[in-house]
Amino acid sequence: MKKLSVSHLLGIKYLQPEDLHLIFETATHFKEVINRPIKKVPSLRDITIANLFFENSTRTKLSFELAEKRLSADVINFSAGQSSVSKGETLVDTVNNILAMKVDMIVMRHPNPGAAHFLSKAVESCIINAGDGTHEHPSQALLDAFSLQEKFGSLQGKRIAIVGDILHSRVALSNIYALKMLGAEVKLCAPKSLLPKHIESLGVSTSTDLMQVLKWCDAANMLRVQNERMELSYFPSTREYSQNFGLNGARLKELRKEIVILHPGPINRGVEITSEVADSDQAIILDQVENGVAIRMAIIYLLGSQLNITAS
Amino acid sequence: MAQKVLLTEKKVSIILRRLCHQLIERHGNFSNTVLVGLQPRGTLLLDQLLDLLKAKKIGPIKSGKLDTTFFRDDFRRSERPLNAKTTEMNEIVEGKDVVLIDDVLFTGRSIRSALTAIDTYGRPKSIELLVLVDRRFSRHLPIQPDYLGAQIDALQGDKVKVVWSEDPSQNIVYLEKNNE
Repeated sequence: MKKLSVSHLLGIKYLQPEDLHLIFETATHFKEVINRPIKKVPSLRDITIANLFFENSTRTKLSFELAEKRLSADVINFSAGQSSVSKGETLVDTVNNILAMKVDMIVMRHPNPGAAHFLSKAVESCIINAGDGTHEHPSQALLDAFSLQEKFGSLQGKRIAIVGDILHSRVALSNIYALKMLGAEVKLCAPKSLLPKHIESLGVSTSTDLMQVLKWCDAANMLRVQNERMELSYFPSTREYSQNFGLNGARLKELRKEIVILHPGPINRGVEITSEVADSDQAIILDQVENGVAIRMAIIYLLGSQLNITAS
Repeated sequence: MAQKVLLTEKKVSIILRRLCHQLIERHGNFSNTVLVGLQPRGTLLLDQLLDLLKAKKIGPIKSGKLDTTFFRDDFRRSERPLNAKTTEMNEIVEGKDVVLIDDVLFTGRSIRSALTAIDTYGRPKSIELLVLVDRRFSRHLPIQPDYLGAQIDALQGDKVKVVWSEDPSQNIVYLEKNNE
């Protein structure tokens, strides 16, 4: 019988390949569950989960909340905007107050890298990282890899390109760890100013030529330009970025082969990807969203199964 | 661990044929019936019953394989993690006569979880239970089979093991004694 090697999900970096396979296998079963007429299982009916979102989110928050509800967990939501955080309360105090209400598991998004890791050391609870600043976004990487694996069967030897704002993207880092762990080759493509220094030390290659990368790859993950994290100008104009690094129908036609296109959302149509491409058959963007619920159910189910029953 | 034969190949073969006849008596041409094998081992019994019914030229019979892991009541209470098996239910059971099929009926808790799980595919008209072996006096819940292969008596720590073979005449049921 298999179980995860970790008791929190802080990042893909801390997982083993077997963990990824177990999560994918469990997610396959949950994907069947969420396609039934009644899409709910009673497994986590005695578990309470708090979703703490210190940063804006639509997709991830809804996806986690739906996953929790489909597992019959009790759910409480918290957004930093309307809370005591704005009155000066520390993160640990906020979380300990929530845990005092007998909460078993915390799903947290935070603008500071390492926040989830810090919290896992500071409080007695199971922590799931739903994105910490520019660091990691493990559930997104798992659903991306799961969606690709559904498409390809196995990722061993597959060539995956990650295109766009690598510097500010937690999705990119988590994806690199996950894809490498599953045996894929990874190439990053971005303007020089958006490629972190020494990123090659993670075993990936880089390029600034989009066409060349597209010709090389089997699948391309198009990342959004994260304007909200940019204090400086990293490229001259959005129009220029889109001309050099945007994926459009003409570029795809020129390839003369079919590649799979992913996007973690939200899409800036016309910037990193045109509507024509985003709505094409090659794009699996909506499959990613569906798989997101199944993957998050698997993560919560597997971590939940390790929770000490007397603790609640 | 000592092993004793509970049901010989011949006995199992006779029982399977009898169970088929009992199903036919109650379900006729199976037009409104769905046979549901419970993962992991009930599905093997389902396959054998389906083969026998097909040989009698009865059908087509609607069937499915149901995994009840996510509906079990021992989540977080079991020593070992509960890993799911594949569910293959292509039938909506709304208004259907469902027969749940498992190899061994012991505490009844798997059946209880199956009763909840089957509901996620609609509200059946009726649900019956077919088992090959009923371990008497060991039930934790008020659950009894409608179709029964054989009743046996075994101690709490003993294990009843059904060995399914590709050849339908070679199935056998053992009792494994716990000597500890």
